[in-house]
Amino acid sequence: MLRFILQRLLLLPLLLFVFSVVVFLLVQAPPGDFLTSYLATLASSGSSVDQAQVDALTKQFGLDQPFHVQYIRWMEGLGRGDLGLSLEYQRPNMELIGERLLLTVLLALFAFVFTWVIAIPAGIYSATHQNSILDYVFTLLNYIGVATPNFMLALILMWVAFSSFGVSVTGLFSREYEQAPWSLARFIDLLQHIWLPMIILGIAGTARLMRVMRANLLDELNKPYVVAARARGLSEWRLVLKYPVRLAINPLVSTIGWYLPQLFSGSLIVATVMNLPNIGPMLLRALVQQDMYLAGSILLIYCFLTIIGTLISDILLAWLDPRIRMENA
Amino acid sequence: MREPMANANPVVLPLDQVVKSVAEERVSVASNWKLVWWRFRKHHLALFSAGVLILFYLVVLVPDFFATYDPEATDAKLSFIPIQGIHLLDGARISPWAPAIVGKRNAVTLKMEWQVDATKQVPLHLFVRGYPYKVLGIFETDIHLFGSGSQDADAKVFLLGTDRLGRDQWSRLMYGTRTSMTVGLVAVALSVVLGVVLGGVSGYFGGWLDLIIQRLIELLQSLPTIPIWLAMTAALPQDWRPDQVFLAITIILALVGWTTLGREVRGRFLSLREEDFVLAAELAGCSRWRIITRHMVPAFMSHIIATSTLAIPVMIINETSLSFLGLGIRPPAISWGVLLQEAQNLQTIALAPWLLIPGLFVILAVLAFNIVGDGLRDAADPYGH
Repeated sequence: MLRFILQRLLLLPLLLFVFSVVVFLLVQAPPGDFLTSYLATLASSGSSVDQAQVDALTKQFGLDQPFHVQYIRWMEGLGRGDLGLSLEYQRPNMELIGERLLLTVLLALFAFVFTWVIAIPAGIYSATHQNSILDYVFTLLNYIGVATPNFMLALILMWVAFSSFGVSVTGLFSREYEQAPWSLARFIDLLQHIWLPMIILGIAGTARLMRVMRANLLDELNKPYVVAARARGLSEWRLVLKYPVRLAINPLVSTIGWYLPQLFSGSLIVATVMNLPNIGPMLLRALVQQDMYLAGSILLIYCFLTIIGTLISDILLAWLDPRIRMENA
Repeated sequence: MREPMANANPVVLPLDQVVKSVAEERVSVASNWKLVWWRFRKHHLALFSAGVLILFYLVVLVPDFFATYDPEATDAKLSFIPIQGIHLLDGARISPWAPAIVGKRNAVTLKMEWQVDATKQVPLHLFVRGYPYKVLGIFETDIHLFGSGSQDADAKVFLLGTDRLGRDQWSRLMYGTRTSMTVGLVAVALSVVLGVVLGGVSGYFGGWLDLIIQRLIELLQSLPTIPIWLAMTAALPQDWRPDQVFLAITIILALVGWTTLGREVRGRFLSLREEDFVLAAELAGCSRWRIITRHMVPAFMSHIIATSTLAIPVMIINETSLSFLGLGIRPPAISWGVLLQEAQNLQTIALAPWLLIPGLFVILAVLAFNIVGDGLRDAADPYGH
């Protein structure tokens, strides 16, 4: 078990290294650099910058250096825990990303918990009450949940909230808490706002998980041991929860490996539509503005989150399933 | 035990048994494809959804025929016209018409306010003449499925309203359908080719090739898809033509999308490699290429088709999301995502909720693909019920 986790942890730096090269290639790829697009914006608004300043900026960010030099500079900074300066904001990237990263992770975790809390009971109900009205309703909701893109759901719900209640459900905080330091009141304010993005982000996953849970449980319910237990007079409630449900949930744990990363990257779209202070919209802006160190840092953070998500699911799986645990012992 | 005794006279078979054996005969000689079709046909919802998809692809073939106006034609005076609604009956006679719309400028807010004037009827006809277009790029015509047939400004019918620039949303939707449905299909076709070739090589030859391809798949699967897609599409040069961007987007989608299929194909190859019929083909002196293409691939073709049908809607959602964020298909090209970009902020949606309608098309298409894919998967699985 310990060796298994250690193996995975040892792979982590290697993966991160490969990803950092890929990411840097991608943010470097667009023709021109930040300064060319920045100057173009300035020129179109009629103002100009003197050449000395441009040269200073070029030097400061090493934009005139070849690719590998720029990459090594970036890596050196990362080694020191320094994500570099944002070209656009002229502030350290770490400071810009800081709280947004926390909110990204929080939103994904909330959506994850929502998914499991809703999908597992609903899946159990659907399987034990096969072909009941509620089962059909769940199935229908499943299909629609899977078929609706995140941003579409966000748009529709925002519109409904606006047109029928007259409230605009964007952002994660009320105005007075936006810049405030963390406090209990601010956290409560966050909870009051985060539920809608949470549902929007989690709905497709909920639908999928519910479907798998239902199918798995149906397979289990037809097995002889269930009949045997029932014949012995075990109460239905205990019978279902104690044996088939446990067996049916087991394979679902392996889905966490791709589901958590999907939530991290999926939150980008929801956050953009609903204007959440998340790293998603910031990445989008950085990409468009060619603010390459900021974009690169955020992309690398996404990669890191993805790897961590997979790692967590591997560990959970090994912990839950003795077969995997023993194999690697 | 006593069964054979009861059936004392073996010559006279009961009728239903004869019929059954004929049916069984039919089943036992039917090709795999026929079996799949028979099983699929029993799934009524999937059959219906397949019909919906055929309709969608008819639109893909000739979007202009279904469009009522030129999708690029802008008219600032006609912006944000709401849906007029179509009436099928004129009195008791079946003769579809749409009420005319009258715009009035609000004296206070200076905004145009559109009102339906039911007293003035604009009749709708089938196969009317409109703007000229080319069918499949070959011959020119100006026949459209339906419309008011009049270019008169008072007699215009905007089936789904107009957008910010006064462009007819229905016609734009037809064009968007063409782009989005094609992106899904082409991206999946590309990933099938990649998945079958690389997965096949990996599973059939094994060894170090397998090792490299498997590590590559693992690497690609641990990339955060949406952010990486965004970074890739953001790297596309701004001055590319729409068709270049279109091709690039499909390739970008396929580059990340082939891994699941590649894994599946590899698994199939691994298990099929041990089968007797492959050994028999090898002993008969078939070349490797022939064994792969004639003996192994057909054995799991139906699975590939089912899996790729389920992959198309994922691609459609991805393309729509990318374009919606402004980093996918770019205007002036029209896709569902580009259309939805018009409805990006709350103010616009509150002003013109009909701009969300392209989203319903997305949902409908994705639903239909999912149901057909589920049906195909069940039908392709010989061990299913």
